[in-house]
Amino acid sequence: MNYESILNKRIQAVKPSGIRKFFDLLEEMKDAISLGIGEPDFVTPWHIRDAGIYSLERGYTKYTSNAGMVQLRREISSYLSRRFQLEYHYKDQIVVTVGGSEGIDLALRVLVEPGEEVIVPTPSFVCYGPLTEMAGGTPVYVELQAEDQFRLTPEQLKAAITPKTKVLVLPFPCNPTGGIMEQKDLEAIAQVLEGTDIMVVSDEIYAELTYGQKHVSIANIPGMKERTILVNGFSKSYAMTGWRMGYVCAAPEIIAAITKLHQFGIMSAPTMSQYAAIEAMRSGDGDIVHMRDEYDGRRRYLVEHLRKIGLPCFEPKGAFYVFPDIRPTGLSSEEFCNRFLVEEKVAVIPGSAFGPGGEGYVRACYAASMQDIAEALNRMDNFLQNLERKSARE
Amino acid sequence: MSRLLELLEQDCMQTVNQLAARAEMTEDAVRAEIAQLEQSRAIVGYQAIVDWDQVRRESVTALIEVKVVPQSVDGFDRIAERIYQYDEVESMYLMSGSFDLTVIISGRTLQEVARFVGERLAPLEGVTGTATHFILKKYKEKHLVFKPEEPEERELIFR
Repeated sequence: MNYESILNKRIQAVKPSGIRKFFDLLEEMKDAISLGIGEPDFVTPWHIRDAGIYSLERGYTKYTSNAGMVQLRREISSYLSRRFQLEYHYKDQIVVTVGGSEGIDLALRVLVEPGEEVIVPTPSFVCYGPLTEMAGGTPVYVELQAEDQFRLTPEQLKAAITPKTKVLVLPFPCNPTGGIMEQKDLEAIAQVLEGTDIMVVSDEIYAELTYGQKHVSIANIPGMKERTILVNGFSKSYAMTGWRMGYVCAAPEIIAAITKLHQFGIMSAPTMSQYAAIEAMRSGDGDIVHMRDEYDGRRRYLVEHLRKIGLPCFEPKGAFYVFPDIRPTGLSSEEFCNRFLVEEKVAVIPGSAFGPGGEGYVRACYAASMQDIAEALNRMDNFLQNLERKSARE
Repeated sequence: MSRLLELLEQDCMQTVNQLAARAEMTEDAVRAEIAQLEQSRAIVGYQAIVDWDQVRRESVTALIEVKVVPQSVDGFDRIAERIYQYDEVESMYLMSGSFDLTVIISGRTLQEVARFVGERLAPLEGVTGTATHFILKKYKEKHLVFKPEEPEERELIFR
C-alpha cells in the first residue's frame, strides 16, 4: 500500500512535534530528574478520586447527555461566576469536553475555514498551530518578547491582522513562559478587535494558577464575551490530568455548533470523570489554594536561584513553568537541553519546541518536588560552571 | 510566622534558602525567627519519623486509656506529670470522654510494655483503671504514609 497517497494530505503536511528526538533520549534515561513534564506532581485529592470511585460503585457507567451532565454544567456555571465573575448559562452556553485540548480543537474547527488565518502568540503550547492547519486554516505566529513580559501587545496584534484573520488565540496564563495578561493588557487587545469579526479562543486552563493577582478573562472585558470562546478544564487546577475533563463556554449559537461536533466525535465525556469533576467544583476550592501556595513557593525558589547561578529569568506570574534565558551560554536551546540531560541527567525542554520566539530559552516545570528542584539547581550550577571552564580553555 | 511554622512542620530538613523563598522572607529573617521560635519552645524539637518495620527491628507500640482521680489543686496536671516523666511514654494527651488520659508508649517487646503498665502505671496513686490497646500496624503518622515507595509511573508526555 502506498499510504502516502492514501493519507489525508492536510494531516501529512502537519509536522510532528519537533522534540521527538529529545524525548527519545529522555526515555532512555529513566533515572534523570525531570522538570520536563507539564503536569501537576500532585495526585488528585482523595475526596475527588473517591467521588469517581463511588460513581462506579453505584453503577453509573452509562453515557451522559452530549453536553455533559446538567449537574456538572450547573457547577461549572456557578464556579465561573464565583471565582471569575463570568456568567454562562448551564443550559446552552457550556459543553463538557474530553480535556481542554478537545475544547481547543472544537473551538478552532467550528470557526476556521480553508484559507483563513489564526493568530497564535508564541512561544506557547504546541497544539494551536497544528490544530489550525488540520482545520484547513493558516497559523500566523506572533513572537512574544521577554521585555513585554511575554504579553501580547496591541501593536503586535494590529500588525498581524489581515483581511483573512478569523481567530485570535489567547493562551494565558501561558505555558511555557508563565506570562499573564492583566486587565489593562486585555482592554488594549479588545480595542484592536472592536469593530472586526475576529473571534477569540481563550485557553484559560491555568486560570487558577496565578501568583500575586487574580486571573482576568478576556470575556470579562465589556463587549468581548460575545466574541470569545473560553476553554478551561480540571487538569491543572485540581491535578486531574488523567481524568480528561475540560469545558468550553461561549454564545449559544457557538455552543450548538461545538456540541454537534462533540456529539458525533465523542458522544459524551467519561461519566466517572464527570462525577469526580462535580465533587471538585463543589468542595475543591481549598485544594486549589493549597496546591497554588505550594507551587508559588517553588516558583520563587527556582527563579531566585536561576538568577543567582547566572541565568536571566523572567518572573513568571502564572502556570507552573519558568522560562530562563540561556543565550548567555552561547548554546541553542536544543543543544543546551541535550547536553544538560546527558551530562547532568536533568530534563528541561528546549524553548524552540514552543514555536517561533522560543529559541534561546528553556522551560523548566516546577510541578516537581522541592528536593528535585533543589538538586536540579545544583546540577544546573555545575553544568554552567563546566561550560564556562570549557569555553575559557578554548 | 505561621507560614514558616507550617513549612517546618511539613519538612524540617528544608534549607534556610528554600524556607526563605517559600515563606517570602529573607534568609536572615528565617534564621532569626527559627531561633526565636526554638527559644520560646513554639518549636519543641525536630525528629525523624521512622517506619521500624522497614529495618526489621522489633518494636511494640501501645495506646493506653487511663482513668485517674484529679487532684484538688492541680487537676490532672500533677498526675499527668508523674506519668509522662517515664521515658517509655512517647506521647500523652488529656482527653474528653469516658477516660482521662491517652498514654502512648513504645517498647521492644510485648513484655516490656506489659511490665510498664502493670508495674509502673496501674499502681500509681490516683490511677483508677487502664485499658491497653496494642497497635498492630501503622498506616500513617504526621501526614506521612508508611508504605514502601512505588516506582513512579509518570509517562513521558509533551504538555
